Amino acid sequence: MYKIVRKEKLNPSIYLMDILAPLVAKSALPGQFIIVRNTEFGERIPLTVADTNPEAGTVTIVFQPVGASTLELAQFEEGEEVASFVGPLGRPSDLVTDDKEEVAKKKVVFIAGGVGTAPVYPQVKWMHEHGFDCDVIIGARNKDLIIMEDMMRAVAKNLYVCTDDGSYGFKGNVTQLLADLIENQHKEYNHAVVIGPMIMMKFACLATKKYDIPTIVSLNPIMVDGTGMCGACRVVVDGKVKFACVDGPEFDGHLVDFDQAMRRQAIYKTEEGRRKLAFQEGRTHHGGCGNCKEDK
Amino acid sequence: MAFNPVRVPISEQDPKVRAHNFDEVCLGYTEEEAVLEAGRCLTCKAPQCVLGCPVNINIPGFIAHLKTKNFEEAAKEIAKFSALPAVCGRVCPQEKQCEARCVVGKKGDAISIGKLERFTADYAASHGFKVAEPGKPNGKKVAVIGAGPAGLTTAGELAKKGYAVTIFEALHKAGGVLVYGIPEFRLPKEKVVAHEVENVKALGVEIITDVIIGKTLTIDQLFNEYKFDAVFIGSGAGLPKFMGIPGETANQCLSANEFLTRVNLMRAFDPEYDTPVHVGKKVAVVGGGNVAMDAVRTALRLGADASIVYRRSEEELPARVEEVHHAKEEGVKFELLTNPTEILTDEQGNVTGMKCVRMELGEPDASGRRRPQVIPNSEFVMDVDMVIMSLGTSPNPLISSTTKGLDTNSHGCLIANEETGKTTHDLVWAGGDAVTGAATVILAMGAGKKAAAAIDEALSNLNLKQN
Repeated sequence: MYKIVRKEKLNPSIYLMDILAPLVAKSALPGQFIIVRNTEFGERIPLTVADTNPEAGTVTIVFQPVGASTLELAQFEEGEEVASFVGPLGRPSDLVTDDKEEVAKKKVVFIAGGVGTAPVYPQVKWMHEHGFDCDVIIGARNKDLIIMEDMMRAVAKNLYVCTDDGSYGFKGNVTQLLADLIENQHKEYNHAVVIGPMIMMKFACLATKKYDIPTIVSLNPIMVDGTGMCGACRVVVDGKVKFACVDGPEFDGHLVDFDQAMRRQAIYKTEEGRRKLAFQEGRTHHGGCGNCKEDK
Repeated sequence: MAFNPVRVPISEQDPKVRAHNFDEVCLGYTEEEAVLEAGRCLTCKAPQCVLGCPVNINIPGFIAHLKTKNFEEAAKEIAKFSALPAVCGRVCPQEKQCEARCVVGKKGDAISIGKLERFTADYAASHGFKVAEPGKPNGKKVAVIGAGPAGLTTAGELAKKGYAVTIFEALHKAGGVLVYGIPEFRLPKEKVVAHEVENVKALGVEIITDVIIGKTLTIDQLFNEYKFDAVFIGSGAGLPKFMGIPGETANQCLSANEFLTRVNLMRAFDPEYDTPVHVGKKVAVVGGGNVAMDAVRTALRLGADASIVYRRSEEELPARVEEVHHAKEEGVKFELLTNPTEILTDEQGNVTGMKCVRMELGEPDASGRRRPQVIPNSEFVMDVDMVIMSLGTSPNPLISSTTKGLDTNSHGCLIANEETGKTTHDLVWAGGDAVTGAATVILAMGAGKKAAAAIDEALSNLNLKQN
């Protein structure tokens, strides 16, 4: 069992938790993720490591309740425990493992969408701690959905914020903001890291391709074990099948088949919709009536 | 001595009923039936059955105790050789091992050794017999990686010799393939697997779950920071193979490992549990091994019209005869001499069919197996909406790739001495599927047993040198 030592609501729909897991806190590197299982009845869900504190033995996760398991996790309070918390999983980010001299040559821009800000943070923090400058773009639908802004500002050289409705920062999406930075503010980048919803990563990659900027994305397919034993998370990169949990989760964004990846994300949409409804209605809804929108 | 050539039949759930539930198919012997079957054993002076058992259980010895209804002694006799008798009695391919060598089998039915072992273990569990004791602590620590059959056996053997043993398991539950792979209807998880794991813990073995060696901790850390004297790797062969044919990343195409893990470990068949599993109306399982049989019978129980698709003929099916028989009884269809070439999908990526070709068996190749070859112009589309790939597995490279001095062969299997399990690393032993590639539960246990003896010998010699 793994204790929740801190819980914070970052905005109306995103939560942060520090979980006591000393071995994971000690070994996790930026780019890696963990798998959490709420209860003995729970499913295993992957969440990216947003920060670690090896001294305190804690690992920070940030998540947005979108389905039954994340809604349930959001109801856990400080002091309560989750059944499993395993990791770190996946390969660390290349920026962390590559030769330092090579990294120094990179003019890096991180592009984060919504809750994707959380997995971007440890990479920017690592760059900062190792003396590398980088720019960060954070985008969200509106001002309320921007998270970790102050934390990010403390480690990024430049932080640019955009909102779809213009309620804060640049009005527009991250792709438009990137275009503005390059074309109007004459920024130069030769390495981009894009993390957010699959559709956002797809379009950001189309943009960076246009500017000929090598781009890394962190994929978030369906996972079960997270250790390479099932292939639920397989994605097609450069025409080859890869397991995101062991070969990734970071891949060359210009080689990822996003349409295929998005189709696979929707495999359990019906089952998940039923379960979300069941959770919200206290497990009294059994589905199958065919009249619920959630069933579709 | 007159002998009865016919074995005492075993009760099984009616195929029509069991095709819709996850309860155990084989109901096991009653006390009377077990004693009756034990009575058929000739108690050979030079028993051949023992040689057929990979852990050399004293078979006539434990059966002799059954004849006199001394069930506790029977259980203790088995425990001297095996840590998981309730498991092995159920899943060993006895027809190729102990029972294949039984003398009675030459003129009639071999003694039902597996079913008797199972009866003994189940009886011991339900009566709370304590069958083994931990050894006197010798002050040495051994780390075991993986809580599958190889790891549990090694740990149990070493604990009996007085070692302080810690098992590190990547998943949230101990048992390895016994919990994620073999289905409930062949191997009940709570009644059998959990109980055998508890028996190993009762010997003082500590099991730490949610720790992935190679990620959470490295082998070097186990030696340097945690001061283990030796490490045994029993991490299995969990990496699934795919065919590499078009359409394989379709939404309803998945590995048998994923399908079985969702159903067995995550208990997706039980609505109380959160993990979903999708089951099509018409499911094809590609492959012919035990895992394929497990997957197809699981799909059937979840309501599918389920078929096995295998490129050779029935004779070459690698699965146990008993499993094939059970599958057929339950209504599984067999598309033999058939090989998929493409998985067809709609625009959403859903499976709409599977393109296959018919095969025929050609001349035997170097290994003596008749090679299947495509019959020209035999292409057809099989009407399916879900495909489960059960083509075998290979070892996960996670541990070997993060440990210096640990060599693997071209198949990714750890290189280890066949007799001792010693790897190319000074203080590391290995056994089971991590060394051999996917094999059987009992072979993994046999390897674990040998490695435990070798570890004991090596660490004892070390002691002598130091003194």
